[in-house]
Amino acid sequence: MAEDQSYDLSRFKATYFEECAELLATAEETIARLQEGTGSSDDLNALFRCVHSIKGGGGAFAFEDLVHFAHVFETSMDALRSGRAELTPHVADILVRGNDVLGDFVRAAQEGATLPADHGAEVKALLAGIISGEAPPAKAAPVTTPAAIGAEPGFATWTIRLAPAPGLLRTGNDPLLMIRELASLGEMKVAVDRSKLPSLAEMNAQDAYLSWSFTLVTDRGRNAIEEVFEFVAGDSADVTIEQIGVAVDAQEGDGWGLFAPLPPTPDAVAAPTAAAPAGGAAPPAPAQTPAKAGDTGAGGIHTSSIRVDLDRVDRLVNMVGELVITQAMLGQQASGFSIESHPELVQGLQELSHHTRELQESVMAIRAQPIKALFSRAPRLVRDLSAKLNKQAKLVMSGENTEVDKTVIEQLSDPLTHLIRNSLDHGIELPEERIANGKPAEGTIHLGAEHRSGRVIIQVSDDGKGIDRKRVLEKAIEKGLVERGVQLTDEQIDQMIFAPGFSTAAQVSDVSGRGVGMDVVRRNIQDVGGRVVVQSTPGQGSRFILSLPLTLAVMDGMLVSVGIERYVLPLTNIVESLRPTAQQARTLVNVGDVLTLRGDYIRLIRLYDLFGIKNAITDTTRGLVVVVETEGGDRIGLLVDELLGQQQVVIKSLDSNYHPVEGISAATILGDGRVALILDVGALRIMGERLTRAQVEEAARAEAAE
Amino acid sequence: MAKCVLAVDDSKTMRDMVSFTLRGAGYTVVEADNGVNALKVLPGQKIDVIITDVNMPEMDGITLVRKIRSQPAHAGTPILILTTESDQSKKDEGRSAGATGWIVKPFSPEKLLQIVAKVCP
Repeated sequence: MAEDQSYDLSRFKATYFEECAELLATAEETIARLQEGTGSSDDLNALFRCVHSIKGGGGAFAFEDLVHFAHVFETSMDALRSGRAELTPHVADILVRGNDVLGDFVRAAQEGATLPADHGAEVKALLAGIISGEAPPAKAAPVTTPAAIGAEPGFATWTIRLAPAPGLLRTGNDPLLMIRELASLGEMKVAVDRSKLPSLAEMNAQDAYLSWSFTLVTDRGRNAIEEVFEFVAGDSADVTIEQIGVAVDAQEGDGWGLFAPLPPTPDAVAAPTAAAPAGGAAPPAPAQTPAKAGDTGAGGIHTSSIRVDLDRVDRLVNMVGELVITQAMLGQQASGFSIESHPELVQGLQELSHHTRELQESVMAIRAQPIKALFSRAPRLVRDLSAKLNKQAKLVMSGENTEVDKTVIEQLSDPLTHLIRNSLDHGIELPEERIANGKPAEGTIHLGAEHRSGRVIIQVSDDGKGIDRKRVLEKAIEKGLVERGVQLTDEQIDQMIFAPGFSTAAQVSDVSGRGVGMDVVRRNIQDVGGRVVVQSTPGQGSRFILSLPLTLAVMDGMLVSVGIERYVLPLTNIVESLRPTAQQARTLVNVGDVLTLRGDYIRLIRLYDLFGIKNAITDTTRGLVVVVETEGGDRIGLLVDELLGQQQVVIKSLDSNYHPVEGISAATILGDGRVALILDVGALRIMGERLTRAQVEEAARAEAAE
Repeated sequence: MAKCVLAVDDSKTMRDMVSFTLRGAGYTVVEADNGVNALKVLPGQKIDVIITDVNMPEMDGITLVRKIRSQPAHAGTPILILTTESDQSKKDEGRSAGATGWIVKPFSPEKLLQIVAKVCP
């Protein structure tokens, strides 16, 4: 703790002096009883405690005169209560005077005054006289050899033996903690002696059986080592500390290890404490290189980063997630308070909200890495492949600094490589062909990343020939993926390339086209909660769009209500919200509900219809329509009852806690503890279309039946 | 989860100082003004370390240590006794009663934190 200077004891002084006044008064009453001869041994104890407490506090504030006097007083009291001295009327008188002088010291301390050096000297002498003939309590002899040796500077090698008494564990002491503390002093080797370990049946979990020998190289001296065993040396454990070799000045020489060769330590590395009855992990294994070397070695290079176990970060992320929820809950609970009536509360909550948000961003940033790491392999790949395929291609990258969760980056490596190969192999034409089609001989592959809609969008696009839909369809039929004669939209045909086992390459190349590619790509991306779609224009190129969640996800959402249900819409998806007029909301034959907005038709999806929610507003002109944009750029209108407000939500995966649900990307816990589902607008669009188609077909059948 | 310390001392000054120091370092602190009350608060709490004064009315610290040690739930809970430099006998008494270690009064905040961390990392 670096509070040495800032730690302010004065805040306790007032308490101390109040307490002293009480104690002095109690002492006076007690002494009066003792004087009258009506006192008991309890009174002697009480008086001792009073003086002892005054002394104890005085020591903390460094009131030396006071402490010194109180100590003499206390010592005489101790003699009295233990029966080593007799309480005579004369002694009682001395106690009265002692208490008065003690009061003087307390008052002087309180007022910051200095009493004459000989103040109370006479009384002090009288008090000391009570125990005259008694030797003053001897200062405790140090348990081990004097500390003088330990004062030597420089590194030295020590052999230390720790043999706990069987009862060591029963005093709450743990050898493991001591070993760890010892290991922190320097470079240490441990050998464990298991010879006293009984068979399992005879073992008592509360007894210590193991003993240890340590070889420690440290510059900390004997004191530091003795301190480790301070509480146990003597009665609870046999501790011997011996220095071997001569202490070496740390300043000279470049390797202390050379000066004090380590003695052979049989069994040294073998599971030093694994068998310790106290349980727990083994102490940190001695590092391969001395810790000191890391500090000063390698020309004093200091790194500004540390390696942290991912689990720790995840734990942090989760805790922060919970904190965000708690903060939201508090905010909600206190939403009824105005700043006028509860200024501190409201202001405090605002600050909490602010700080929570910052904390969250900082924590998320820990896991995030620029996608550059992933993109950096692409140039080489494009160069090598185009040479191999006799094609010319240049790579353009954008958004390399977009930060993405580390896990996502790792998972993306393979799919991205595959997509780039695919673009070069199947997309970009041979130079002659390109020139013939009026394109530059050199093709372009664009690799881009950006944050959009609370997700990370990665695009791989090329200016090649685009998807040959005719061939894709033929192939699909041939593979039995679709029925002949079924009408498919261009978009649907394009997405067929992601079907399992699909490959259009007439000749299987060693670059791509083994037909295991695209479905694996899709699966990899789905594994991290992502989606992949392809957009293609014949003759002009294809564009693969990967949409990935920012897994760690906390996002800004808009809370909407539909009937009694609450849903969260990612704020980044929302374009606008409006209450349509009767003219704006229409139903088109074979299309279904649409909204006309500034000359555009937008498909209207009734959420209550989609999710089967009762008691929701069904009249478009009475509800609200939230216009949202999907990753692909399509706009749809979602009919909801009302907007409840914007709020930050922690994303809880449905996939891992439940199972994937169409139209829902995840769930979250609201401030009031309710679970709300987070809508996936891309999926809603598809679901909406399907629902409309079903309804249109239904209507058509009904019409036909009439 | 913050570590929880039970601070037992009849002196409010001492309790305040112990509490203030430990709370400042992130510990949770439960206070009791003597051994009897310490035993009362003990069952309801998850206590990681106990710091107790020795000289207290009602029940002294040594008795408290012995009583706490006899409870199976606290057979291994670190217990530190507050002693003064001259009290070597108290250290021994405390140890034979089952105390883990001691803190010598007066102590600096750093010393207190260092010793608590030593027995309860």
